[in-house]
Amino acid sequence: MTGGLYEDLVLEHAKRPRNRGRLPQATHGAAADNALCGDTIRVELEVGDAGIVAAGFEGHACAIATASASLLTEHVRGQTVGHARALVERMDALCAGAPDDAAAAGAALGELGVFAGVRRYPARVRCATLAWDALRRALAD
Amino acid sequence: MIDTFRVVLPRPEPPHALPVDATRIRTDFPALDESRGGRALAYLDNASTTHKPRRVLDALVRHYEEDNANVRRAVHGLGARATAAYEGARGVVRRFLGAADDRDIVFTSGTTASINLVAGSWGRAQLRPGDEVLVSEMEHHANIVPWQLLCAEKGATLRVAPVDDRGELDLDAFTALLGPRTRLVGIVHVSNVLGTVNPVRTLARLAHRHGAVLLVDGAQAVAHLGVDVRELDCDFYAFSGHKLYGPTGIGVLYGRGTLLDAMPPWQGGGEMVRSVSWEGSTWDGPPHRFEAGTPPIAGAVGLAAAIEYLAGFDAEARRAHEADLMGRAEDGLRAIPGLRIVGTARDKVGGHSFVLDGIHAHDVAQILDQEGVAVRAGHHCAEPTMRRFSVPATTRASFAIYNTGDDVDRLLAAVRVACRTLR
Repeated sequence: MTGGLYEDLVLEHAKRPRNRGRLPQATHGAAADNALCGDTIRVELEVGDAGIVAAGFEGHACAIATASASLLTEHVRGQTVGHARALVERMDALCAGAPDDAAAAGAALGELGVFAGVRRYPARVRCATLAWDALRRALAD
Repeated sequence: MIDTFRVVLPRPEPPHALPVDATRIRTDFPALDESRGGRALAYLDNASTTHKPRRVLDALVRHYEEDNANVRRAVHGLGARATAAYEGARGVVRRFLGAADDRDIVFTSGTTASINLVAGSWGRAQLRPGDEVLVSEMEHHANIVPWQLLCAEKGATLRVAPVDDRGELDLDAFTALLGPRTRLVGIVHVSNVLGTVNPVRTLARLAHRHGAVLLVDGAQAVAHLGVDVRELDCDFYAFSGHKLYGPTGIGVLYGRGTLLDAMPPWQGGGEMVRSVSWEGSTWDGPPHRFEAGTPPIAGAVGLAAAIEYLAGFDAEARRAHEADLMGRAEDGLRAIPGLRIVGTARDKVGGHSFVLDGIHAHDVAQILDQEGVAVRAGHHCAEPTMRRFSVPATTRASFAIYNTGDDVDRLLAAVRVACRTLR
């Protein structure tokens, strides 16, 4: 409807973001910012023996970045740290990688493939990957 | 070396200034031709850069096809024609600004270079530790960062005059910040975010009372206001060609003759010297002292064509047309729930910045783009202004002579689409 950027799933998460707020039991956390607009997203994780027990985010950002952060928290919860790291790489490939890599990443990402359209809007790639960059930093702690 | 090669070309004003018929004027601008872009574009990002009329594009092509040569060097005929065109353009700019002498008009690459020239030449020579530079809270980064660099180098202090909630300069605070250590005041003529028109003449009087010089950043003013540097009584006035329907890469620094005469070179190179030897070099006089290297010759020719294009319209009619667009946009924007206009100065031109509750400026601009409306979103290279109004970014719609009431109506409809989509 809107050229592949404001898909219904994105708008739904932008308007009602999931897991917004700090995690009282956070074991990992990091922020990333977008120099273009000043948006900042902080991602926090509670990591236990079995993997990521809880994920949350905070920060005020555009619809794309907010929806991406919201979807991130849903997709990393219950996953191993290794799987979360792989998701970060796939999101990078989807949004900014070579076309073949993006197609492969899109096929593997399920509903996160909703961000495939951002690669046609170079100024917005960082919006879609902002939370994932924060996640990468959080896991590098 | 030709020391003073100045040719004044006759530039007659058109006998009858045209009224402003934006629908017809639009057809003078090839970039707005719908058959090229595939769809009608409501271009409301004119404060970033304006489109160029056919007359300017033709002047550029004609210059390169018929008059291309370097200036102030060649003895061949092409060189003489190029020099005549370049120096002729200086005369057009001098008349446009109401300056007294062609020597007061320095061609630069743009407003930013013009301000850096003053900081690097006048500032480096004049500032001492403990001196002060005063700017306002509504400056573009181009009128902040050069002074920060200069003050850091010289041990001087940068002071900032506050802006009130409407976006007007706080004149009492400005006056209180002036003192015996104030050496230069840098002020934007028209704010690129707020649209505020600053009272330059009053500020000049206040600055001069303290022995300070006044530099005016006119980037956003020249397309909307009649500027007369002698009437304003400013010491420096900077603007860019590309925001005035001219090419990119050409800008102007007006300087008061007595100041320019005393200023050292900014950049060194060819064509700014009298003579060069291993023992030392001597400088040409203004304006060439400040135009090292091959200048933007075609750019100057294109800028002159833009100024002459604008001079073809009745100035009052142009202002009335743009005031109509501003009023229509303001009324329409105010009627949109959750929309706040940032900048409500009593004297305002150029455009409106606004924020929408709960919607990020970049999302607004993206939806508007999808609706065929081009605006700017972001901090507009004025981060301190954003902080003053406690907003991370704004969406800005800015107007030009070719904008129509229909462009404004499309803006308003597209903003409503953005609200429906993102709320």
